[in-house]
Amino acid sequence: MQPYKSISISAHHHTETIKVGQKLALSLVGIGLLLQMVFWLSFKSDDAGLWLWSSLGLVTVGSLWYTFDQYRNTLPGIKNNNNWFVSLTSRKEFAWILAIFLTGFYVLLYWFPHLLGQGNEEVKNTGLVALFDPLSMFLKGKPASQWFVYGAIYTLTILLMGIKFIYKYRHSKYQVYRTISIMFFQTAIAFILPEIMQSLNKPYYDFKNIWPLNYYFFFDWNIDAMLAAGTLGYFMLFWGILSFLVITPVLTYFFGKRWYCSWVCGCGGLAETAGDPFRHLSDKSLKAWKIERWLIHSVLVFVTLMTVAVLVTRFTGIRNIFLIDSGTLSSWYGFFIGAAFSGVVGVGFYPILGSRVWCRFGCPMAAYLGILQRFTIKLPWNKEAKRMSKFRITTNGGQCISCGNCSTYCEMGIDVKAYAQRQEDIVRASCVGCGICSAVCPRGVLRLENL
Amino acid sequence: MAKIIIIGNGIAGSTAARYIRKNSDHDITMISGETRFPFSRTALMYVYMGHMKFENTKLYEDWFWVKNRINIITKWVQNIDTNTKTVAFYDGSSISYDKLIIATGSKPNKFGWPGQDLDGVQGLYHLQDLENMESATQQGIKKAVVVGGGLIGIEMAEMFHSRHIPVTFLVREASFWDAVLPPEESEMINKHILAHGIDLRLGEELLEIKGQHGKASAIICKNSGEVIPCEFVGLTVGVSPNIDFVKPSGITINRGIVVDEYLETSVKDVYALGDCVELANPNPGRRSIEAVWYTGRMMGKTVAQTICDKPTKYEPGIWFNSAKFFDIEYQVYGDIPAKTPAHITSLYWKHPTENKAIRINFDTASGAVTGFNLMGIRYRHAVCEKWIADKTNIETVIENLSLANFDPEFFEEYESAFVDKYNQKSSKSLKLKSKRKLSLVERFLFS
Repeated sequence: MQPYKSISISAHHHTETIKVGQKLALSLVGIGLLLQMVFWLSFKSDDAGLWLWSSLGLVTVGSLWYTFDQYRNTLPGIKNNNNWFVSLTSRKEFAWILAIFLTGFYVLLYWFPHLLGQGNEEVKNTGLVALFDPLSMFLKGKPASQWFVYGAIYTLTILLMGIKFIYKYRHSKYQVYRTISIMFFQTAIAFILPEIMQSLNKPYYDFKNIWPLNYYFFFDWNIDAMLAAGTLGYFMLFWGILSFLVITPVLTYFFGKRWYCSWVCGCGGLAETAGDPFRHLSDKSLKAWKIERWLIHSVLVFVTLMTVAVLVTRFTGIRNIFLIDSGTLSSWYGFFIGAAFSGVVGVGFYPILGSRVWCRFGCPMAAYLGILQRFTIKLPWNKEAKRMSKFRITTNGGQCISCGNCSTYCEMGIDVKAYAQRQEDIVRASCVGCGICSAVCPRGVLRLENL
Repeated sequence: MAKIIIIGNGIAGSTAARYIRKNSDHDITMISGETRFPFSRTALMYVYMGHMKFENTKLYEDWFWVKNRINIITKWVQNIDTNTKTVAFYDGSSISYDKLIIATGSKPNKFGWPGQDLDGVQGLYHLQDLENMESATQQGIKKAVVVGGGLIGIEMAEMFHSRHIPVTFLVREASFWDAVLPPEESEMINKHILAHGIDLRLGEELLEIKGQHGKASAIICKNSGEVIPCEFVGLTVGVSPNIDFVKPSGITINRGIVVDEYLETSVKDVYALGDCVELANPNPGRRSIEAVWYTGRMMGKTVAQTICDKPTKYEPGIWFNSAKFFDIEYQVYGDIPAKTPAHITSLYWKHPTENKAIRINFDTASGAVTGFNLMGIRYRHAVCEKWIADKTNIETVIENLSLANFDPEFFEEYESAFVDKYNQKSSKSLKLKSKRKLSLVERFLFS
């Protein structure tokens, strides 16, 4: 055979990436747009309701219309065409704009809420926060806070992008049921129920937000609020401990960590819906896996030490535990992990690092669930060590063609192919059981199962 | 420590390299002019469609080959000298070997059509074919024609479809892939191709390709005489062993490199694997050249044993294969001929509205199950294989059919519909006995 002339595939315009300078330039554009939006919205109006409902209405109609238009002329099946060519989903121009915009929004939300219009006892809400006052008044009879605004936008995003996801994966009942579940838990349990409870002067509590993801569960103010709320408060305290100590291990034993990460959790909910177009951006390298294991378990250690310190202080009054003031420790955790990692990096960087950055590298709940899912234990009455969970992904004999779709679309960056092509079961601490590897496999090789 | 040279880094060659390393400390060198590191050839379509980057199709990360001490040479081989035991490259350099493995795969067929060497006329096999396809079409073209109704043909049609390039698909046969698929399955695919808006021309062949300024500009259909203007012509009329460079070496060649059951060629210490191989004595019912991924992989594993002083005969086992035709997944286990032989009963169930079907073949006289064909439904390889290997009676298979189901959770299960179909035909009243459950499957497989 005559040798082929060699052409580098990277020379094609489809795979070109933008330069660092361009990225910075676009970052400026993104911030510029953000500033405009903030100041544009920082006005006072007596009729925020009209603005709010028309804004949410337009967003809802527009997104659903877009979704419908995108898939209506397609047959049911996998819809990944051109993902690596489209700017938004291939780390090009729009991806950088969106990443900077989202990151900036989180920075404002956590550290500069007054720029979003957050008022205080003397000053009424303005801007974006005031815009959501009518909805807040309707739900709990109080003006909105930045967290209410965030919750409302978050929930609406999961609902709208959830509908898109369901339509996109309409051929897969696993995907459809799973998405309905996360939409339900976010809307009813995470958003509406806590707001209604607050309107009844009960403590804020998201029943599905389990310690250690809910890192402030054992903070003084939270425990005090629960203890002051009578029977319901005691139940909340009991439920919080039960869900961590009993419900989580039991459900993970039967179903793997997916029961939480892909069916219940709000962070997972956003990642699976709004984050779906970015799932292929996760890093699959062995190096990334090593970083992941160090980082996520460090966060688990951090949250555990922090919580122990806070509780010791509560019961003994000793403030200096682990050489640091427990209050300082908890505020560090809140800043670095609770805000910067889970919010700013976790969601802001969706278009750059993929949709599950927080779940994979940072979430202490995921670390805990991962340990329950992955590790083996030898009990005295068992002959051999047993896996702590029945969940695994099995591979279908020799049918794997090593195509790489499974690894590419694993939002957790698991190199699924590495196992599938060797006909090994996939048992990884990080696997959230979203089932997309199985869906995108062109040869029917992967199946999520509970033994 | 022997010096092992492997020409070709496809699935056959790279599997051989991996398993030789597992079993020995030999000095291994893998040669390919196509790419530096092994990748999944079958995934090239997904790179063009934007599902993956080329990087994603690599079998392993780059460090894997370094860590496993597999030397890589990125050059094209010009010829082999079996007397001096050397391999010569186009750049004038050469390398010597103690044992040589040839795994150079296939090349697309061309049947001497006028215009077949114009720009924009090509097959799809190598990475370079994909690159050429990309550069021929990335500015957007008005029409592509794909000639040849096989697996690569339909893949190419899907590739263009993903970029909204209108496709005319010429299929010589009366129905898509009807030499392999039974009529019902073949018809299902015909309809599905049309549903995607592909201009499918069944029973049509290529007469010639017209060009302008050295580029393809139209094709002429052989039967209708129709002229179809197009800027790209995909020739996907099968592949044949890529062995031109082997011819002068004296290694026995027929259509492929002829090998014995140990995959050894006519020359001692020279082995051949994968698509480029022609088995001197294939198993009954199997072809002498089987250019599929899975046999390449099996041959790679087998030859590694032999090279590591554990002479092992190539035993491909029970046939299986799979593909995806646009949105329809296809799996086959065992023997499902396109035309059912007289002594075989073929039982076919199709979903009333969706593209899902199950076919099970069995020996009419003995009842032994012989093959499974699945469209849009996934079945478990190990379970089907065991039933076929054990010549399990069709009624036992039918009662336990749920063990084979490999569809994702919550998917509707159609095994009971298949049982009904059998009962209807045989006037029996069998019922599904076992449920779809992994622990039951494991008990079945390992007991």
